[in-house]
Amino acid sequence: MQPSATFFSGFTLNDLWFLGEAALKTLWISLLAISFGSTIGVVFGWVLNVSRLAGTLTIAPVLDVFRSVPLIIQLVLFFNFAPMIGLRLDPFEAGLIVLTVYTAANVANVARAGIEAVGDPMRRAARSLGMTYWQDMRYVVWPIGLRAVFPAWVGVALGVMKDSALVSVLGYVELLKASQILVTRTQETILIIAIVGAFYFALSYPVSYYATRLEKRWSQ
Amino acid sequence: MIEIRDLHKYFGALHVLKGIDLDVRNGEVLSVIGASGSGKSTLLYCINALESIQQGTVVIDDVDVHAKGTNVNELRQNLGMVFQQWNSFPHLTVLENVALSPRIVRKMPKAQALEIAEKQLRHVGIGDKLSNYPSALSGGQQQRLAIARALAMEPSYMLFDEATSALDPELVGEVLDTMRLLAEDGMTMVCVTHEMGFAREVSDRVAFFHEGIIEEIGPPEELFSKPKSKHLKKFLAKVK
Repeated sequence: MQPSATFFSGFTLNDLWFLGEAALKTLWISLLAISFGSTIGVVFGWVLNVSRLAGTLTIAPVLDVFRSVPLIIQLVLFFNFAPMIGLRLDPFEAGLIVLTVYTAANVANVARAGIEAVGDPMRRAARSLGMTYWQDMRYVVWPIGLRAVFPAWVGVALGVMKDSALVSVLGYVELLKASQILVTRTQETILIIAIVGAFYFALSYPVSYYATRLEKRWSQ
Repeated sequence: MIEIRDLHKYFGALHVLKGIDLDVRNGEVLSVIGASGSGKSTLLYCINALESIQQGTVVIDDVDVHAKGTNVNELRQNLGMVFQQWNSFPHLTVLENVALSPRIVRKMPKAQALEIAEKQLRHVGIGDKLSNYPSALSGGQQQRLAIARALAMEPSYMLFDEATSALDPELVGEVLDTMRLLAEDGMTMVCVTHEMGFAREVSDRVAFFHEGIIEEIGPPEELFSKPKSKHLKKFLAKVK
């Protein structure tokens, strides 16, 4: 048997399953990173809003670094430096941590803008009714402010979903990595890249579709 | 009863209130008039502790508002406030706007909160807008919504901070009518206002603010027909 015959083989239905599985991994790591990152980001955004000084001295510079350094560099650096501080992480864990921090850094500024979108007069009105600081936050500031910046948040979320492709450099077999493996084997670059593109679209489109519907409902 | 003694308020170096002494009796309607920047609105914010004070005391029903241990959240439930900008909560319907604080602040069951909200909204004349969002309301209706929202906490006092200043002229009347209604109900009210007609007809006493002090105070007929201070004379000549 020719060695090349086992090396290269055509695209099969099984490969589609392989890609589908990889798409689920993309979805899974994105979902976790967006959920954790957004939660942490809202808290950071609140800190930035409450005390500009404390924010500027503590988390703001850190967030700036994470927003400014390309994600791929963050991933490679973190994955390689983590063992030095005693962290034994597999590619998924390392990728998830970096993506989460990256999401948090971006969401922090979105969330701060949202909180600032609710002006002092509105907050005074809420407080004048006897609401505590946290009741004002929970029932007035967040619902109004976070809705105002919801489109920006959706942008961050979709960006993270697509940027999760970069975790492939660590060897985590998500969509992009899976496509590279298949391209190497089948040599059918265009077909596979097209399929992968379709998968990404299938992951992102429902998000933006549902987001648009939500915005419409809120703007009534 | 609201008792204010030697109240001083600074914004940084700016001395906004320069020793205010004022009593507001229960059931009284007090109008506060004066030029912009004379400290009228700041006085209201100091009464319900939305602003801190630097000297003096504000005592409401024997509670020292600015004392350390005072629970201002509890105190504010008894002090409704209506602002120049109506600040309706845009994400809630009219009914929910009013029911929110009875529900979360006074921990009322939802059904009871909604019932009170509906009652207050009918009282101020927008009972037909319950399920609308505030954006569908006119300025005057939104201001009446703000009044209903404050009333839903069943306060003993109402503070009005230029409640009609941001309204189109044709909408001022409906809000003033609502305020009149409240005055007739016996509500204790402090109204910072530019509506001299309202101050004259509705209030028991009128206080004239000038540069951080109460320069003249008394029954409206006295203040408006026989002003003593020259600043008040000038002010009245200007607004007439």
